[in-house]
Amino acid sequence: MTFEYAPAPESRAIVTIKPKYGHFIGGKFVAGSKHFPTINPATEEVLSQIALAGKADVDAAVKAARKAYTTTWSKMSGKERGKYLYRIARIMQERAREFAVLETLDNGKPIRESRATDIPLAAAHFFYHAGWADKLEYAGLGTSPKPLGVAGQIIPWNFPLLMLAWKVAPALAAGNTVVLKPAESTPLTALLFAEVCQQAELPAGVVNIVTGDGSTGALIVNHLGIDKIAFTGSTEVGKIIARAVAPTNKSVTLELGGKAANIVFDDAPIDETVEGIVNGIFFNQGHVCCAGSRLLLQENVAEEVLHKLKNRMDKIRVGDPMDKNTDVGAINSKEQLAKIVELAAVGDAEGAERWSPACTLPSKGFWFAPTIFTGVTQAHRIAREEIFGPVLSVLTFRTPQEAIEKANNTPFGLSAGIWSEKGSRTLWASQQLRAGVIWANTFNKFDPTSPFGGYKESGWGREGGRHGLAVYLKGVSHE
Amino acid sequence: MSFYGLVDGTEASLKSYLGNLSGVDQVGAEARAAMLATRSIKTTSKRWAIDTAITMVDLTTLEGADTPGKVKALCTKAVRPDPTDATVPSVGAVCVYNDMVAVARAHLDLIGGQHVPVAAVSTAFPSGRASMPVKIQDTQDAIDAGAEEIDMVIDRGAFLAGRYIDVFNEIVQIRQVCADKAHLKVIFETGELVTYDNVRKASFLAMAAGADFIKTSTGKVAPAATPPVVLVMLEAVRDFYEMTQTRIGVKPAGGIRTTKDAIKQLVLVNETVGPDWLNPKLFRIGASALLNDLLMQRMKMDEGYYTSPHYVTMD
Repeated sequence: MTFEYAPAPESRAIVTIKPKYGHFIGGKFVAGSKHFPTINPATEEVLSQIALAGKADVDAAVKAARKAYTTTWSKMSGKERGKYLYRIARIMQERAREFAVLETLDNGKPIRESRATDIPLAAAHFFYHAGWADKLEYAGLGTSPKPLGVAGQIIPWNFPLLMLAWKVAPALAAGNTVVLKPAESTPLTALLFAEVCQQAELPAGVVNIVTGDGSTGALIVNHLGIDKIAFTGSTEVGKIIARAVAPTNKSVTLELGGKAANIVFDDAPIDETVEGIVNGIFFNQGHVCCAGSRLLLQENVAEEVLHKLKNRMDKIRVGDPMDKNTDVGAINSKEQLAKIVELAAVGDAEGAERWSPACTLPSKGFWFAPTIFTGVTQAHRIAREEIFGPVLSVLTFRTPQEAIEKANNTPFGLSAGIWSEKGSRTLWASQQLRAGVIWANTFNKFDPTSPFGGYKESGWGREGGRHGLAVYLKGVSHE
Repeated sequence: MSFYGLVDGTEASLKSYLGNLSGVDQVGAEARAAMLATRSIKTTSKRWAIDTAITMVDLTTLEGADTPGKVKALCTKAVRPDPTDATVPSVGAVCVYNDMVAVARAHLDLIGGQHVPVAAVSTAFPSGRASMPVKIQDTQDAIDAGAEEIDMVIDRGAFLAGRYIDVFNEIVQIRQVCADKAHLKVIFETGELVTYDNVRKASFLAMAAGADFIKTSTGKVAPAATPPVVLVMLEAVRDFYEMTQTRIGVKPAGGIRTTKDAIKQLVLVNETVGPDWLNPKLFRIGASALLNDLLMQRMKMDEGYYTSPHYVTMD
């Protein structure tokens, strides 16, 4: 007998999912009119019916947010706002397991990740920004910084609760009120967050959550009662939003796509580099805007690194996201799976060599085996377009200069990774790379104190840190 | 000696061999070990892991106060860890000081424990601070008394001073003393080497010099067999196998006291070098208190509740 890990499923008994949800407007849950299902992508089980917000719902949410802004939130002292944020953070920690289970059910990500990364980081963002609420005058952003008003926030499905925290925490700390729309396929943790707002006795209307699809998002973006749009999602939608708000007074932050270069120099610590490559592209099924999706290997170590990478990929455990031993879970939706399948087929057609470890994928749900393409060049589509899945394109380079040129030769510029044991080379490379976040000998590390955002078509503005606070205050430049 | 064709015995060749090793990133190695520690091992896999871990225990007593009585009691426990349950396997070996080898061997033979080897700590254990002739004699004595496994310590002073060739030559000489009569385990005392780069270097050095096993610690220095240290050694063993097609064993020792600790070690083995190493020929755990915790967890799995510590024997 060998060491087979018996199933170790996390219990879902801790969460109660209602058969139907409405919107959270003015501190209350209000019934929606039309509904659409949200499913568990690992099983295709329908989890609940979600309300589709139309114009009336968005109007009501904006109205509630405006009322809360003018009557309560903008008048409240920073110290008092901070108290609410601390309270929310603590409740999120107390209910962390509930959030983690719900996130995994609705999103398909492994419970190990939602428990160890998504939920603790989301709470950390509230703690961090709670601390700023009464210290805005000392943030170096002007002597008397003022909030913008009502913020419309549209978040993606890859880190549902964490992206909510990135948006809501700084907005509230700075004194804004919000209308937030979670992604169509992952609304459940945002709706649980609405319960947390009630539990924390947050004044009615400070946080409003409307659910829906792209049409709801468009209503928010184009709403005249909104002062600020914050969006995380695809570059394609980001461009539409930028066009829509261009003739208005709205301020905007956009956190968009990426095609990050993960550069491995020949003096890298190989075993940890292999871990970093795996973490860079297979973390969260590769549904990460800053994923290290372009691996740039120095040619003299390429063979060794690829050999070790394949051996390591053989050990990746793909399957039931609720199993505590699962490393890679389900693809979030049928549409996303189709997109990944399509781009992988393009890789085949363009002559790149595809490799995946032998793994049995569940018959139900949406799955894609961890995949690498070797023999990829800058001219391949899979080296240029964001796949947003567990697919790694492997390129090689000969000199550090060539690595930098290839890394920067992309319309994106969200993140990059450098692997080397030589400090001078790491510092040099990080100065040359045109990317908002650069990791050295690590990848996909996040912290609320660290600003996150991209160059070029990867976005406008920053989230997190002092810079992330600035985009929710009047008269402060974005960069 | 051929040293697998990796070095030719000269200092220059050893330097070039060790100089070609890639570094270890401390943060990354610790993160990987911590991630593997989250594996949840339950039900049938836990039961398998407990029994496998029992067969891997080098049941150890290394005290100034060791007496023949104490050593005999340890041997009895090694052969039949649980006197009330014949399905519990014997441990991997009994590990004692040089002068207790004969006592241990004789008692094991007397009680039907011919299958349990005696391991002797050697080369002026634990410090390694003695002349080479003394270290050779120490080892020869143990083998003459019936030791089938020799746990030697490296000269950490020489290693830290950069005299790798001296460390290498000591291992080579002890290897010659062991010949085909005893398995050689080489102890690094990782708590004194401190960095993972040193652990990786010591691993490759010892393997090329002829070690059958590489072992973390003496048990006299903390920290000892931490998961990242064992991870780095397992990675070295895996790479060495690819280079030479030779499987070298790994023995963490020191600080592994609970079933949970032991299972974490087995997970490291399983996901680093793979299942081929999950047997006592290639993986041992140097421990004393661990065995009783394994037995208590085994009883708990059978009975469904924790028994009193008095249901496991104290030796």
